[in-house]
Amino acid sequence: MTAVASPQDRRAYRAAAHRRATRRGVLIAAGSTIVVVGGLVALAVTSPGWDSVRATFFDRAAFAAAFPDVLAGFKLDVALFLLVEIAVLVLGLVVALVRTTRAPALFPIRALLVVFTDVFRGVPTILVVYLVGFGVPALQIKGLPSDPLVLGGIGLTLSYTAYVTEVYRAGIDSVHPTQRQAALALGLTGGQSMRFVVLPQAVRRVLPPLLNDFISLQKDVALVAILGPQEAFRVAQISASSTFNYTPLLAAALLYLCVTIPLARLLDHMQRRGAR
Amino acid sequence: MSVPVVEVRGVTKAFGDAPVLRGIDLAVREHEAVALIGASGSGKSTLLRCIDLLEPIDDGDVLLDGEVVTDPSVDPVKVRRRLGMVFQAFNLFPHLTAIENVALAPVRAQGVAPADARTRAAELLARFGLAGREEERPDRLSGGQQQRVAIARALATQPRALLLDEITSALDPELVGEVLEVVRDLKAQGTTMLLATHEMAFAREVADEVCFLHEGRILERGAPAVVLEEPEQPETQRFLRRLLAARQL
Repeated sequence: MTAVASPQDRRAYRAAAHRRATRRGVLIAAGSTIVVVGGLVALAVTSPGWDSVRATFFDRAAFAAAFPDVLAGFKLDVALFLLVEIAVLVLGLVVALVRTTRAPALFPIRALLVVFTDVFRGVPTILVVYLVGFGVPALQIKGLPSDPLVLGGIGLTLSYTAYVTEVYRAGIDSVHPTQRQAALALGLTGGQSMRFVVLPQAVRRVLPPLLNDFISLQKDVALVAILGPQEAFRVAQISASSTFNYTPLLAAALLYLCVTIPLARLLDHMQRRGAR
Repeated sequence: MSVPVVEVRGVTKAFGDAPVLRGIDLAVREHEAVALIGASGSGKSTLLRCIDLLEPIDDGDVLLDGEVVTDPSVDPVKVRRRLGMVFQAFNLFPHLTAIENVALAPVRAQGVAPADARTRAAELLARFGLAGREEERPDRLSGGQQQRVAIARALATQPRALLLDEITSALDPELVGEVLEVVRDLKAQGTTMLLATHEMAFAREVADEVCFLHEGRILERGAPAVVLEEPEQPETQRFLRRLLAARQL
């Protein structure tokens, strides 16, 4: 380019260079994707056990045969997920609020809740589900639930409430103290300041991490299988062990992905929006 | 003489071992404006926060319309409802629109019907030149507009007095004027005010009394013309000279 070129020329020159760079980028990305994915597929397909893997995991007929049952089981997963999610959202908020208050009368409850979060965050979810599922009926107390599905739900709720409480608490702490002060200065009570000023801001901020916890809850719902309910994983497992074909498990995995992937994209979208 | 709206008697306050207020006496009468001047850290903000019971005091008393409000038996929430406070950093609620910010306290703290509160909030915003911006969230408003919303918010509860804490210090210089104009307007309508400020020309114009705070004490007080132009205390003279020098840079 010469120094005397007109502004239009320079703009067109820059635009053309930019287009070339973009096109080159797309080509490189496509090429490297083909090499990497193709390589992985080739590695699997040429492996010595590929034929038997294909027969036991990717059997079209077995998939078609098992899918309706697995899908029916998956409806149970979704129902349990929704119920547990609502319980966790509400309980987590209550625990977080009690833990942030300074009312002296609530001291023993606050202390108990610290123990609660420490314990249930520290114990593997599968163990909590197992202990609640088999421990509570063993107490033989009248009126306590004995349905394994309910008990499994309670186990999941305990475990996830402990996580979600901490998420809420982080959100509440992230709202600058001057917001609460401004609310108090207006004559709002401490409780009103929390409800109308601090909490709405806190919840907005922690929506992405909350959603993240719910993606993992959605798949951890499968843990209630150890207590016996016929949810997707359990159904697939039963089918697999009776036919020695593992394709039903793949069907279950696909169903979980059908829920978790849209949730993950929603989360990405919310985080992008939050970053702006 | 009538009972002052706000009265401070021998108030002391320390943060840990560091004394911030060392015995403040002050009175703001109805329709009066009292300006607090002094260097950063002299205790102006702390004094305002103590008066609004946002900060406990160590000793002394704060009186509102003759009633001791720093007595432990007094409910601080009820006291704060009778005072309006505007902060240096605006402290608007970012999740609420301008009109929701203004109407929040009347609805929640005073039990005004939401529709009435909104009508009154819209009137207040219009009075401060914010007609048409009611539905904007604070981050879509300029600093000067945000501070005007904050003033409207503080006035919405019809407080006995306004406490203004360096309300122009966080503003870009070209936006200071529009906020001061609002305060000037309030003074003309007889609003009782106690304001901490670094704007000496403005203090001179609106204040009935100027108090110079230095290390937690009021070192000098009197009519603005006297304190700002013929200060007796060497500390006051030094402070004003420094401000003047900074302005000329």
